[in-house]
Amino acid sequence: MVKNIKLIAVVFLVIVSFFILLKGLNKTNNYSPNLNSSNIDFNFKAKFLYSNEETTLYELINDKDFSLINIWASWCLPCRDEHPYLLNLNSLGKLNIIGINYKDSEVNAKKFIKELGNPYSKIVVDPSGVNSIELGAYGVPETILINNNSKTILKKYIGPLDDKKLAELKMIIKNEN
Amino acid sequence: MLNQIGNYSLYIALLSSIIIIIQSPILLNRNNINISGRIFSLISIQSLMIIISFIALIIGFIISDFSNETVYNNSHTSKPFFYKISGTWGNHEGSLLLWLLVLSIFLLIFTITSKNLSNKYRILTLFFQEIIILGFLLFILFTSNPFMSLFPIPNEGSGLNPILQDPALAIHPPILYLGYVGTSIIFSSSLAALISGSVNKSWAKHIKNWVLVSWIFLSIGILLGSIWAYYELGWGGFWFWDPVENVSLMPWFCLTALFHTILILEKREMFHSWAVILSITTFSLSMSGTFLVRSGILNSIHTFANDPSRGVFILCFLFILITLSIFIYFFYQNKIKNNFTKTHIVSKETAVLVNNLFMMFFLSVVLIGTVYPIFLEVVNNDKISVGPPFYHKLIVPFLIPFLIFMAIGPNLNWIKDKTNKINLQQLLFFILSIIISFIFLKRVGISYLFSLPLFIASFFLFFITIKDFSVKKTNLSQKISHFGFSLFILSVLVNGVLAKEYSSNMKVGDERKFLNKTIKFESLKVNESKNYQSLEANFKISDKKNSINLKPEVRVYDQPQTITSEADIKSTLYSDNFLVFNILKNDGFYNVRYQIKPFMIWIWISIILISFGGILSIVKKNG
Repeated sequence: MVKNIKLIAVVFLVIVSFFILLKGLNKTNNYSPNLNSSNIDFNFKAKFLYSNEETTLYELINDKDFSLINIWASWCLPCRDEHPYLLNLNSLGKLNIIGINYKDSEVNAKKFIKELGNPYSKIVVDPSGVNSIELGAYGVPETILINNNSKTILKKYIGPLDDKKLAELKMIIKNEN
Repeated sequence: MLNQIGNYSLYIALLSSIIIIIQSPILLNRNNINISGRIFSLISIQSLMIIISFIALIIGFIISDFSNETVYNNSHTSKPFFYKISGTWGNHEGSLLLWLLVLSIFLLIFTITSKNLSNKYRILTLFFQEIIILGFLLFILFTSNPFMSLFPIPNEGSGLNPILQDPALAIHPPILYLGYVGTSIIFSSSLAALISGSVNKSWAKHIKNWVLVSWIFLSIGILLGSIWAYYELGWGGFWFWDPVENVSLMPWFCLTALFHTILILEKREMFHSWAVILSITTFSLSMSGTFLVRSGILNSIHTFANDPSRGVFILCFLFILITLSIFIYFFYQNKIKNNFTKTHIVSKETAVLVNNLFMMFFLSVVLIGTVYPIFLEVVNNDKISVGPPFYHKLIVPFLIPFLIFMAIGPNLNWIKDKTNKINLQQLLFFILSIIISFIFLKRVGISYLFSLPLFIASFFLFFITIKDFSVKKTNLSQKISHFGFSLFILSVLVNGVLAKEYSSNMKVGDERKFLNKTIKFESLKVNESKNYQSLEANFKISDKKNSINLKPEVRVYDQPQTITSEADIKSTLYSDNFLVFNILKNDGFYNVRYQIKPFMIWIWISIILISFGGILSIVKKNG
């Protein structure tokens, strides 16, 4: 009898841990960016870099037909490399380029812009990095092209922009028009 | 082409596995049949096939055959030759193939070396081992096949994570696997011995070698893992109580306990059931380790798999094996002869029992610390993280009596020892330890509650293990391992107490004062290497007497694009100088972290000594 109780107890324990682990498998245990959604939560709140006002993404992407959201930081070396491309894109005039300053200090961010020029029509800050992750960011830099009218993501680039990506971006904008 | 060779040989291995499993119960009933005939050739074919498929994968990596998906995902033409080979097992699919390879080779070795044991026992061991092999074969073929073809064939692969490109890490997984897989033989043979009613002296004698082999490989595997963490991750430590590290430590505790129990079983015919339970537990822990690491349930750099079907498969397989072994244990438990011999409380047997109790305690602490957060998250949706303080708080107080028992235990006699024998020598060493610890801690200025008794206990163990070398009674391998362990504890303690760290933001030309040393950032230059660019800094650390130059690097790998910090470490017998720097903001400042780690090298040496004791024991017996 004692032996049976032992057996039942052990087997019970094993079964319980089995189901707990099974359930654990189906959960995502890390805070990972949402890749599949082509829709963005446009209601996230953020403060501007150059003023203390709060805004939402919804308000930010009202200008023009397309918005280009660029996540950057002054400490990020590739961001420096891609900056000329952003300036180039800005000169097209068709794009509303929005910068999200990721986990950065205000002083350094302003210094960066002062040094390299400002391609952004608006810059918001994301000191904790949470908003950027909500947007689906893996890291910096990252660039997301949004159609302002349909509010959908047209293209997303992880890593710095280069000649190839620039050409592709221009193509997409041209075709969508 | 290679993909086909690999695939087909795995299928042939699968087939032979099924044939063996079907045939073994039939052979079991015919007593006089010698298994070295048909089954032996089947096992040889199986091993050969698995070796062929593994070699096919290695060749795929060497010639950068990107028509293979695994190669494409984990290799790159510009990678150094050595890392192309180590890339074979640096990924999920390849590492499982390696598991399988070791499984089948170990089984082959078992079959060859167990010729003088009973047929029933051998066939049953083969049977259980083949079930495990079958499970892995199915797992590999249907959820993580390393021989998937890609079409069209890509021109270039996507590279191996640069953080994994390190010599210690290249051999870390294979060594660790040898340890893990060795436990599978222990598991199968203990079940076989249980069913055939041969849990006895001769079984203990036979399985002891396997326990030792697994234990040695596991120890060295863990050592290599910590060396890698210390040199490559640049956090300045060697053990972080990371779940993945814990997962390899748990079978180690279990194996250590099992080894001591097996010794008693061999010499005194005691603890039969306990030895079987430990054998089952050890293997279950190794398998759970594989599950936890591979399934992605833990979040760690070791986790490769994101596919939940893989996790479900290993989980089901693991629990089938565990449940099977539990039922077998309970049904055949009464077959174990319980010739209980009376043993006095002060004896070697008790000492081993105490050792086992402590091992089980440490094991439970690590197990709870590792598994509890997972369970809690599932049940309650809470995220907690269990860090070093948890382990330190729970382990440190129990380490003190453990060390003292370890000093006294091995010197006790079998069956009965005199209780009233007050050993003057031991007392003297104890007093000496008290004095040394007291002076040492006073000078360092530490007043943590447990530090004094902890230092006393470890110094005591240290002295006793040194003294034991002069005693002829115990064997040399035990002395070396126990001495290694005492050295290990002592170096970890001293290292923990005396380590100093300095961190600051510096630019080229800056000079900082730290303790009695001057840290000077002398220069910075850019180097080009085969698959990365590096920023090499030159720091000069000088005190009044001498100066050293440290050259840490920041590497930017192109495939995949990653930045890693390479610490520069200068080791001497007394201490390590550790310096690592990071790119900060782009204004010429770098974050510099400088650490002095006393006795660091002794931690590695002591673990090597511990393992060396085991190796010596095997060599001595066979030579």
